[in-house]
Amino acid sequence: MAQAAAPSKGMTFGEMGSALAFAGLALLSIIIAAKAYTPEYAFHAYLFAAASVAAVFAIVNRFYERPAERPPLTFGGKPNYNMGPVKFATIASVFWGIAGFTIGLLIALQLAFPALNFDTAWLSFGRMRPLHTSAVIFAFGGNVLIASSFYVVQRTCRARMVGDIAPWFVVLGYNFFIVIAGTGYLLGITQGKEYAEPEWYADLFLTVVWVTYFLVFLGTVMRRKEPHIYVANWFYLAFILTIAVLHLGNNAAIPVSLFSPKSYIVWSGVQDALVQWWYGHNAVGFFLTAGFLAIMYYFIPKRAERPVYSYRLSIIHFWSLIFMYIWAGPHHLHYTALPDWAQTLGMVFSVMLWMPSWGGMINGLMTLSGAWDKLRTDPVLRLMVVSVAFYGMATFEGPLMSVKAVNSLSHYTDWTIGHVHAGALGWVAYISFGAIYCLVPWLWNKKALYSMKAVSWHFWISTLGIVLYISSMWVAGILQGLMWRAYTSLGFLEYSFIETVEAMNPFYVIRALGGAFFVAGSLIMAWNVWKTISVGEAVEEAPRAMQPALIAAE
Amino acid sequence: MAHDKHEQVDAISGVTTTGHSWDDIQELNNPLPRWWLWTFYASIAWAIAYCIAYPAWPLVSSYTKGALGWQSRDAVVAELDALKEQRSGMTAKLAASSLDEIRQNPELFAFARAQGKAAFGDNCAPCHGAGGAGAKGYPNLNDDDWLWGGSLAQIEQTIRHGARSTSDQGHSGSMPAFGRDGMLKREEISQAADYVRSLSGLPTGNGADLVAGAKVFADNCAACHGEKGLGNQDLGAPNLSDKIWLFGADKATIVEGLTNGRGGVMPTWHGRLDDTTIKVLTLYVHSLGGDQAR
Repeated sequence: MAQAAAPSKGMTFGEMGSALAFAGLALLSIIIAAKAYTPEYAFHAYLFAAASVAAVFAIVNRFYERPAERPPLTFGGKPNYNMGPVKFATIASVFWGIAGFTIGLLIALQLAFPALNFDTAWLSFGRMRPLHTSAVIFAFGGNVLIASSFYVVQRTCRARMVGDIAPWFVVLGYNFFIVIAGTGYLLGITQGKEYAEPEWYADLFLTVVWVTYFLVFLGTVMRRKEPHIYVANWFYLAFILTIAVLHLGNNAAIPVSLFSPKSYIVWSGVQDALVQWWYGHNAVGFFLTAGFLAIMYYFIPKRAERPVYSYRLSIIHFWSLIFMYIWAGPHHLHYTALPDWAQTLGMVFSVMLWMPSWGGMINGLMTLSGAWDKLRTDPVLRLMVVSVAFYGMATFEGPLMSVKAVNSLSHYTDWTIGHVHAGALGWVAYISFGAIYCLVPWLWNKKALYSMKAVSWHFWISTLGIVLYISSMWVAGILQGLMWRAYTSLGFLEYSFIETVEAMNPFYVIRALGGAFFVAGSLIMAWNVWKTISVGEAVEEAPRAMQPALIAAE
Repeated sequence: MAHDKHEQVDAISGVTTTGHSWDDIQELNNPLPRWWLWTFYASIAWAIAYCIAYPAWPLVSSYTKGALGWQSRDAVVAELDALKEQRSGMTAKLAASSLDEIRQNPELFAFARAQGKAAFGDNCAPCHGAGGAGAKGYPNLNDDDWLWGGSLAQIEQTIRHGARSTSDQGHSGSMPAFGRDGMLKREEISQAADYVRSLSGLPTGNGADLVAGAKVFADNCAACHGEKGLGNQDLGAPNLSDKIWLFGADKATIVEGLTNGRGGVMPTWHGRLDDTTIKVLTLYVHSLGGDQAR
């Protein structure tokens, strides 16, 4: 592969093409900025223009700095992994995680003490809430998924990631989308669809990023040196592909004008509600479940140094999970204008989903058989195992709550919020913390994390936070549901709505306390990651991944 | 290593592996756990049975109705009917009776109060509080101090048409902005505020000129609030001598009211609530603290 460095050096098709595309985007953005109907939209157009110009400069500059030869696919007989984008996404996930958790804490406090919106539009609950959900799901979770998928797909395929500019475009483009989405919420730009708030132009940009992500991932799988595709990669592929379909279906919208941020969704009425929750529930199913199961399938066996418990179980639960999840969305619309038949289907598929979900839990937990003693000594593994336990709990609670009789009590109450956070804090965040704690020493060639004691502290503080959070929300939710449906002996409602709100207050305070613990834990993690990278003891042997500045002649 | 097609035996569990290896991760050949498989089958069987029993599958222009013939619309109608039955004709009696008739009939009155409490929680509690205790600027309905009168007829009038509302028949008139509109000087306002505090025996601090305050009061305030500050329910002018304060008793609040005026709004409920609901609300609010003689 390696040849004598050729003196002539030309831009690759990718470099030329993407530089031109970004130049075009910059021009278009400036035109839109000039003619935009609202200053908020003009601001976004200027952001797009600035980012595009920066991208052109970065690509051209990189061209002049780089050697004529492209990085080889293998180096010294080993795959020459491309870990730069993985590092960026790992750091980004820590940053966005803390941001998202902190905003969550703010809105939890606002519910307990409403004065904390300080009478500003910017800090009002209506803008902060999507900022929180998007920051934790898409910014924190998304960066963990991109980082881990780019890492895992290379290692388990023994192949360098496909693409030169493309992986960087995925990582930087995705984070730019997050900036556009987040600043949009602050400025009041939203299409008002839960978990899909960004407007049409942000959605279009994300589509380009996501398709690139899919192609990079798929290309790397196709370049693999292994005869089979590892189970983690099935889950990553299912996640990337399905999210693309969901994103396109739910965001089908017609902009008012190229110069306006406002658009109208093509679906209307109950159809829109159904499409919205087909999307919303599968954002849970494919983003927060399939994607993070992929993380589990690589990082738990790797950390425990044990084989995956059952290959057969992984096949059966993968396909049953994929098949069942996509139907379950209507359970978000029980007892609404949605036809009875659709409610039934949403419910029965949710119940059938119970065992497929638990298949993942069994495979994750049983992988530890023969290595349970490591839980005593390795807090990173402990984080991941507890995460799988929370996954099992949340995926039992979910089918339970989808049953109409239970849902008639739980719907619209804080029980739902508690359920979501059992999954979000317990499962998604914990498996992510585990992956980050594994990845950081591996990526930066360190012997170990800077402080295992700090990991232990992180684990215990945030576990206490989760317990406070979900138990207070269970009590609050069930109390709320019972108060709403209580009738007097004469046949009138026992409580006014405002009385049920008053009754929630102590639980909202406890919940905020739990959230504060969780934020504190994440700050410990950030410190530990920072220390590991800056002063951690380096591995002496050859680094796991490198991109040589010069390539030796053959 | 990675291409090893031969199954190996895991030393710890004694189970064979599939022979695959990715980045040193291998897989065991364990079978599906039996309990897992049977629970999965059972959930599928339950799902099929449920789909037979209840509305489940879309057809071209309708859907499978289910063997039980259950529909959520029927279920709601049945529940509402049951509720009507529970209220056992009392609703009709309420509609046919006058406020005084209901007041005289203990059974009907208890029923009206129960319905009124629920209606109060839905419509009035956001301003007046769930228990009618009010808040700054929103009258407490539990005391016997009524801005616009506490008789059944007066309460009904206030609920139906409001105060300073969009209705022509609502109560009108408000506290003028004596300071902002230049009717009183800053010093006069301060004196009047001290005097108003003294009416209910509150301390007025050193240097308060109550004689000057009394003069300002007599010239400007007495027309509505009365010479002794006892108020006037025809004008909605509060009693200033009963230690019950709508906005607050501290001097700054009183100065603020004198300077910028006051005029809280009670909306009109006529046309938004049906007659029976206004009736039961009247009776409920009246039962909180109505009609007590002053």
